[in-house]
Amino acid sequence: MTRPAHFIAHTGRVSLAAIEEMGYQFTLFAESLYWLIAGPFVSQPVRLSAVADEMMKIGVLAVPVVVLLSFSNGVMMAIQGIATLQEFDAESQVVPGIAYSVTREFGVLIAAIVVAGRSGSAIAARIGSMQMSQEIDALRVMGIEPVRHLVAPILLAMLLMMPVLTLLADSAALIGGGLYTGIVLKLSLSTFIDRCFDTLAVYDLMQGLVKSLVFGILIALIACSNGFSVTGGSEGLGRATTRSVVLSIAAIVVADMIFTYFLNR
Amino acid sequence: MPAINQQSEPVIEIRELITYYGERKILDGINLAVESGEIMVVMGGSGSGKSTLLRHLLSLNRPAAGNIRLFGKAVNKLSSRALHQMRQRIGVSFQGGALFNSLNVEENVAFPLREHTRLDDNTIRIMARMKLEVVNLAGFEKLMPSQLSGGMIKRAALARAIVMDPKLLFFDEPSAGLDPVVSADLDELILRLRDAMGVTIVVVTHELESAFRIADRITVLDKGKILITGTTQEVKESDNPRVQNLLNRRTEDIPVNADEYLQRLTDDLAGL
Repeated sequence: MTRPAHFIAHTGRVSLAAIEEMGYQFTLFAESLYWLIAGPFVSQPVRLSAVADEMMKIGVLAVPVVVLLSFSNGVMMAIQGIATLQEFDAESQVVPGIAYSVTREFGVLIAAIVVAGRSGSAIAARIGSMQMSQEIDALRVMGIEPVRHLVAPILLAMLLMMPVLTLLADSAALIGGGLYTGIVLKLSLSTFIDRCFDTLAVYDLMQGLVKSLVFGILIALIACSNGFSVTGGSEGLGRATTRSVVLSIAAIVVADMIFTYFLNR
Repeated sequence: MPAINQQSEPVIEIRELITYYGERKILDGINLAVESGEIMVVMGGSGSGKSTLLRHLLSLNRPAAGNIRLFGKAVNKLSSRALHQMRQRIGVSFQGGALFNSLNVEENVAFPLREHTRLDDNTIRIMARMKLEVVNLAGFEKLMPSQLSGGMIKRAALARAIVMDPKLLFFDEPSAGLDPVVSADLDELILRLRDAMGVTIVVVTHELESAFRIADRITVLDKGKILITGTTQEVKESDNPRVQNLLNRRTEDIPVNADEYLQRLTDDLAGL
C-alpha cells in the first residue's frame, strides 16, 4: 500500500475503534441503568452494600485531596484576581469573580480531575485484573451479570458522590479565596461569604452540580470499559489504567467546554 | 463404570458447532453428546480448540454456526433470564481458580448462595463450610486467595463450583500447575463427587494420565475436529495415527511445501 492509502486506512481503523468503544460505553450505561431500576423486580438487585463501598472509595476517601486542591485554587484565584483588578482600582470586584468561577467551573473541575485520577485508575485496574484472572467469566457462569455486580454500583456511587465532592470543593475554594482576600483587602470572612451569596444565584451552583453528574458518568464508563477490555497480560493492564485516567480527564475537559457553551448562551 | 442412564436425554448435546477467531476457524463441525452422570474428558494439545469448546459450553462465546443444548434446551435461544437460571445448575472450576481476590475463602464459596438464595447468614456459612469439608479445606475459611497454594486454590474453586449443588460440572485443566500427588488427589476428589452427587462432569485437559484415570469416555480434539469419542479402552486401541501420536507424545511430521515456505519467509517484505 502507498503511504497516503496507509494513512487513510489507519485513520479509518482508529475512528471505527473509537466509535465502537463509545458504543460499548453507551451499552454499559444503558445496562447499568436497567439493573439499577429493574434489578429489584427480576430478583437481581444492585447491592446497596456494594454501592456504599464504592461511595467510600470514590467519594469519602477523596475528600482530603479535593479540599486541599480547591482551597489552594481559591487562594490562587484571589491572588491573581486582586493583582489583575488592581490595575483598574477594582480589587473589591474580586469577590464576584471568585464566586462565579469557582461555582461554575473550578470546583467541579477539580473534584472531577481528582476522582478521575484516583478512581479512574483504581476501577480500571480492579476490573482489568478480574478480567485477567477469569473472575469476570466466573461471575458470568454463576449467572451473575458483571455489569449489575460491578458497573452499576460504581455508576450510582459516582452520581451520588460527585455533587457532594463538588459542593465541598466549592466551599473550600470560597473559604481559601475569602481568607486571602480578607488578609489583603481587610475584608472579614463573613463579609466575603455574605457578598458571595449576594452574587450567586442557585443557577450558578446548579451549573456546577449538573456538570458534576455528567463528569461522574464519564469517569465511571471510561474506567469500566477500559477495565473490561484488558488484553495482553500485565502490560495491557498498565496500558488500560493509564488510558482510563488520560481519557477520563480529556473527556471531562472537552465535555466541560461543550456544557459551558450551552449553559451560558 | 457407573450406570449411565442411556434412555434419558443427554445433558449436553452439541451439533455441527463451527466457530471462528477472526478469520481463523477454531472449531469445525463438532458433534458431541454427554450423558447424564458420566465423566467426559475432552483431550487435546494446545491449539486444538478445547478451551474454545469449553467457552462455548459455558455460553461465554457465541458460535458462528451449529447449536448447543444443555439439559435439553438450546442455549442460544434462551432469554438472558432463563440463561441465568440455567447457570445456577452449572458449576465451573476455572484453570486458575478465578477466586475473587477481594474475598476470603469462605466468602468466595458462599458468594453464589448469597447472590442466588434468600437463606440467612448462618445457613449460608454452614453450607459453605460443608463444601469446604468436602474438598478438605476445613480450617482455611479466613485465608485470602493470595495466601493459598496452587492445589488449595483449585480445591476452593471446586468448593465454590459445587456450592449450589449443580447437575453439571466443568473443569478447565484441573491438574495444570499441580505436582503429581496433588493432581492425583484432585482426580480422586472429582471421582468422589460424581459418585456422591450424581453430577455430570466435563473435564478439559491435556494431561493424559489424569484423563485416563477419571474418564468414562474421552473425546480427542485435534485442529478443531473430533478425532474420536469413546471409552478409555476404545481410545487406547484407536488406530488413528494422530490419536496414537497424542497418546504416545510423538511429535507430528508436518509436510513442507517449498512454495508456501518461501511465501511465508518473504511475505510483507518491501521491494518484493
